[in-house]
Amino acid sequence: MLKINNLTKRFGGLAAVNNVSIEFEANKINAIIGPNGAGKSTFFNLVAGAMPPTEGTIEYQGMNITGMACDRIARLGIARTFQTTMLFEESTVLDNLIVGHRLRTQSRLWDVIINSRRLRDEEAKCRARAQEVLDFVGLSHIGHRITADISQEEKKRVAFALALATDPELVLLDEPAGGINPEETENLAGLIRKMVDHGVTVCLIEHKMDMIMSLADKIMVLDHGEKIAEGTPEEVRNNPVVIEAYLGSDEDAAA
Amino acid sequence: MNALQKISDFFMTPAMKIVLIVAAVLFPFVAGNEYQIYVMALAFVWAIAVYGMNIITGLCGQLNLAHGGFFAIGAYVLAILTVDHGWGFWWAFVAAGVAGAGFGFLAGIVSLRLKEHYFAIFTLCVGFIIYLLIDKWEELTHGALGIINIPAPNGFGLVDFTETTPFYYLALTFMVLSVWLAARITNSLLGRSFRAIRISDDLAASLGINLMRNKVLAFVLSTTYASVAGALYAGLVRFIGPAEADVVHTFDMITYLLVGGIGTLMGPLVGTMVITWLTQSLQFLEEYRMIVFGPLLVVLVIFFPRGVVGSFLGWRARRMAAAQDAGKSQENAKKKSPTSPVATNREAGNHA
Repeated sequence: MLKINNLTKRFGGLAAVNNVSIEFEANKINAIIGPNGAGKSTFFNLVAGAMPPTEGTIEYQGMNITGMACDRIARLGIARTFQTTMLFEESTVLDNLIVGHRLRTQSRLWDVIINSRRLRDEEAKCRARAQEVLDFVGLSHIGHRITADISQEEKKRVAFALALATDPELVLLDEPAGGINPEETENLAGLIRKMVDHGVTVCLIEHKMDMIMSLADKIMVLDHGEKIAEGTPEEVRNNPVVIEAYLGSDEDAAA
Repeated sequence: MNALQKISDFFMTPAMKIVLIVAAVLFPFVAGNEYQIYVMALAFVWAIAVYGMNIITGLCGQLNLAHGGFFAIGAYVLAILTVDHGWGFWWAFVAAGVAGAGFGFLAGIVSLRLKEHYFAIFTLCVGFIIYLLIDKWEELTHGALGIINIPAPNGFGLVDFTETTPFYYLALTFMVLSVWLAARITNSLLGRSFRAIRISDDLAASLGINLMRNKVLAFVLSTTYASVAGALYAGLVRFIGPAEADVVHTFDMITYLLVGGIGTLMGPLVGTMVITWLTQSLQFLEEYRMIVFGPLLVVLVIFFPRGVVGSFLGWRARRMAAAQDAGKSQENAKKKSPTSPVATNREAGNHA
């Protein structure tokens, strides 16, 4: 589904992502882990088109999307969430989600001025989609609440819903379980599985190892911008290079 | 359901619009003197410009400090075409709107490459350049002398817009049209795209919203509003000078927007009305009236950061959400009460 070849991003002299190649399969949960500053978020930004890579290519469903603008990539079916959830705090939860389906509509200024048939149909469609994704993430009972008044975990779910409203095939989740308690993390993992069951491919960055190890089909480990390992959770867990990156080597420990 | 609730419900009904329009239509009959009608007409004209600012700054989140400049462009295009080139008022009026859109497009595609503070500072410079051009390009703009004897709008022999009251109704008509269009935009998918950009560029782009196209559209809409307001201003006041492009007007408009409620539909109108009439009633204090204004603004920004309308809407939205929660827990209570009264209590407690 997503094929990355020799991806590199340099900021001045620093290579935040250095020569990373990997392939993510459709309908799987792919995780990216690594210590802070390993280049995980930069990797996501490159895939989502938020910044162009210095070198390398990104292929999505056989199409070369390297350097394509963010909004075009979104229209091709790649959605994402951010580390900090960004929502319109003053609006109701449902109201926040309606814009999510905007990219699948055509209405322009003229439709707005004459209140055209197309606009009304498309608004109804966006509203229906918003209700659908709200049900999907299990929040239909709080659709009427003001977003500022809901819990952190609920906001994370709303952010998921917003990404899903774009009708994506690949969803990039940047630390979905950041800042929420273990029980909520468990629930969120359940939701991520449910997304995959419904045909969405997931790619996530996460620091919570318990969650990753039980959830991911495939893990890529980044350290200092380089891929140091990839494989199933079992393979990654037993990989000495990974253990070294996380815990330091025996020599370090001895010294 | 107390009286407060009923009043706030009424504010949101279509009947409220009719009440407001009827009140505006009747205003000249109850106004004490012609001067008050004139002040009101002028406030309507400013409100149109503030509605424009609300599109780019309130909805789309880009602080445009060149807004007063585009107001002046509208006024000057109308004045130059009518006075120096003998155009009819309404042709010049249309040209002013087109010029506002055209210059807005050019300024927009350059300045919107910048974000946040950089955009604000850049547009501040754009506004100042517009001021300098008007002040120094004497062959075109008459420089510091300004332009006098601007004709009033052509009434086609039916009405005489040099009179204050007919002009009041003209300004009212344009103001209502402006609010109507603003309402259409705010409540549509287009307005939602703008608001997504206001939350964050990154978020909007990740939702497939083309940032540049939407920002330029919002910018052009706002400058068109500003130049139409400027053209009406020229037709009302009938003499203009470089001071119309002064950045002070931009900051005045920001004040109207903050007081009324930035990003809300009725905020620009409420803010413009409140400040205009407050200024009028404090006229006797002369420049000391800033002693009243300053603290008032500080209090407002601290306690009502969303302005009059924004605070009202926020308060109402919370009440509605709470009412819906209460309704739901009551329903649950009814369903469950025959079997398990204990669960009911817990349920109700959770929702409260």
